[in-house]
Amino acid sequence: MKVMEKYKEMAFWPKMFINFILILAIFLLITVLSNVGIISNYYQGIMLSICINVILVVSLNITTGFLGQLTLGHAGFMAVGAYSGAFLSKNLMGTLPDPLIFLLAIIVGGVVAMAFGVIVGVPTLRLKGDYLAIITLAFGEVIKNILLNLNIVGGASGYIGIPRYTNFLWAYWLAVITVVLSIALINSRHGRAIVSIREDEIASEASGIDTKKFKILAFVFAAFFAGVAGCLYAHYMGILEPKTFKFDKSIEILVMVVLGGMGNIKGSIISAIVLTVLPQLLVSVSGYRMLLYALALIIMMLFKYDPTLVKLINNIKNRFKKVRG
Amino acid sequence: MSGFSQFLMQLVNGVNAGSIYALIALGYTMVYGIAKLINFAHGDIIMVGAYICLFAIGTFNLPVWLAVIVSIVLCALLGIVVEKIAYKPLRSASRISLLITAIGVSYLLQSLFQLLFTANPRPFPTIISLPPLMLGSISISAPYYITFIVSVILMTVLHLFVQKTKIGKAMRAVSEDSQAAQLMGINIDKTISITFALGSALAAVAGILYCSSYPMVNPYLGSLPGIKAFIAAVLGGIGSIPGAVLGGFILGIIEALTKAYISSQLSDAIVFTVLIIMLVFKPSGILGKNVKEKV
Repeated sequence: MKVMEKYKEMAFWPKMFINFILILAIFLLITVLSNVGIISNYYQGIMLSICINVILVVSLNITTGFLGQLTLGHAGFMAVGAYSGAFLSKNLMGTLPDPLIFLLAIIVGGVVAMAFGVIVGVPTLRLKGDYLAIITLAFGEVIKNILLNLNIVGGASGYIGIPRYTNFLWAYWLAVITVVLSIALINSRHGRAIVSIREDEIASEASGIDTKKFKILAFVFAAFFAGVAGCLYAHYMGILEPKTFKFDKSIEILVMVVLGGMGNIKGSIISAIVLTVLPQLLVSVSGYRMLLYALALIIMMLFKYDPTLVKLINNIKNRFKKVRG
Repeated sequence: MSGFSQFLMQLVNGVNAGSIYALIALGYTMVYGIAKLINFAHGDIIMVGAYICLFAIGTFNLPVWLAVIVSIVLCALLGIVVEKIAYKPLRSASRISLLITAIGVSYLLQSLFQLLFTANPRPFPTIISLPPLMLGSISISAPYYITFIVSVILMTVLHLFVQKTKIGKAMRAVSEDSQAAQLMGINIDKTISITFALGSALAAVAGILYCSSYPMVNPYLGSLPGIKAFIAAVLGGIGSIPGAVLGGFILGIIEALTKAYISSQLSDAIVFTVLIIMLVFKPSGILGKNVKEKV
């Protein structure tokens, strides 16, 4: 406890230094353990998925949690990034060194997703609430349906033969970069403008904030990282199918955001880890997996937001505190 | 077949799909109007209705009319139970938590039915065995015209119910301003329950009609017509009952015509694009009211 307090009192740069050391230590630990073979290939795969999900969840949290706009089309941006990145690297394969191609593919995937973010965002972001949710859902489905019919990237039968460049090194550090940039954005002047739109759009517009600009900024930021995550996913699986990116995928990411807490990046990371590992633990009862997941969703929502249940839990908590204190 | 009669045939297909969409869209729109909830589980009630009808006929050997009634009653009860357990406690919570709960209910119904009855499709019995209707050069098969007639009757009855009866008046009042309605002595819980029951009953009928046109039942049967009907509800103006009917028919016809004349694979993309264009230019839908925002 004392260590935590000391850490909180530190100045900015020493704090960042300690954070960096910790992040590096986790990375080195996992790398060493997988090289000696203590962490099996199966668990390495799970860790890669965790990194990809962290990128997706943290970026969606920018639009849903911090900007306060409910979007249901995150998987669409992921698909755009995945297909454009994979298309590039498949065609460049062999001409340049592999890491360079992969870096290019990630940048291109992110930028193309960003461009789609602008195309989708500019006309739609003036809608609010449920309407925005519906229109983003529709965009996601349109993207999926177009990919299903685009024969140049394999159509319905899938896009195969993508070089499998993704490894833990790339996924981990890209996840770290996403988290760091997201925190930097939120704590900046721009970030405060974004949060003010969530709190009260009319009031922030009245105080001179260009709400349109900041809405697009947050939306495009999230789209970029969704594209990056898609690109990582594409080069991890080696094959892409349009049906991976249907509406259920967007929901899956949204659920992680909501369970982690809207507007809470730490929570997003934790829920991305838990909700990636949990289904893997349930493999032994695979028939019941979806049922348990659905029940967990409903029960968690009820326990988090039902006023009577919340009161009950608080009472129990207080009683425990009394016993301890 | 001449070009014109082919066009008519596609129109008939469109009207058939459209009347089913309209029936489902009514449930979406009524629930949205009253509880401000996009009820994602609504599509799965269709599937439940189809399964109940299937077992009532196949396993319990009930006559068709009784099987249909059993299915309607059980679905209405299911709608009420779902609302009481999953949605009512969250009425004061944020919209997004309610939305996620609705998605949870949808997944729950799908996986429950998959566990109980496996994912394999089961054939749906023929419940409508009437001769086809001949209209000039085209013949319309029995499920098609029965679907149309049944849905028009149900929509008319629903319209009269909402406009003329006391409960209907209460429903309109709650959707307009639930707090003011409560102050006027309207029992909100009861009204919301009735709305869910009505919507689910219509979904059950839609499920049975859908399966008499496409006679296969599986646990995921509800999701596609569910999402299309939802688009129909938004297209017509979500919250508006005549809008849902209009949206359903328009959507069904657009879909049938794009399938026939443009591309059958791209028809979903086109339907969604129509929705996007609609939302960009008139978010409140064809018959929706434009609500001004108060500061």
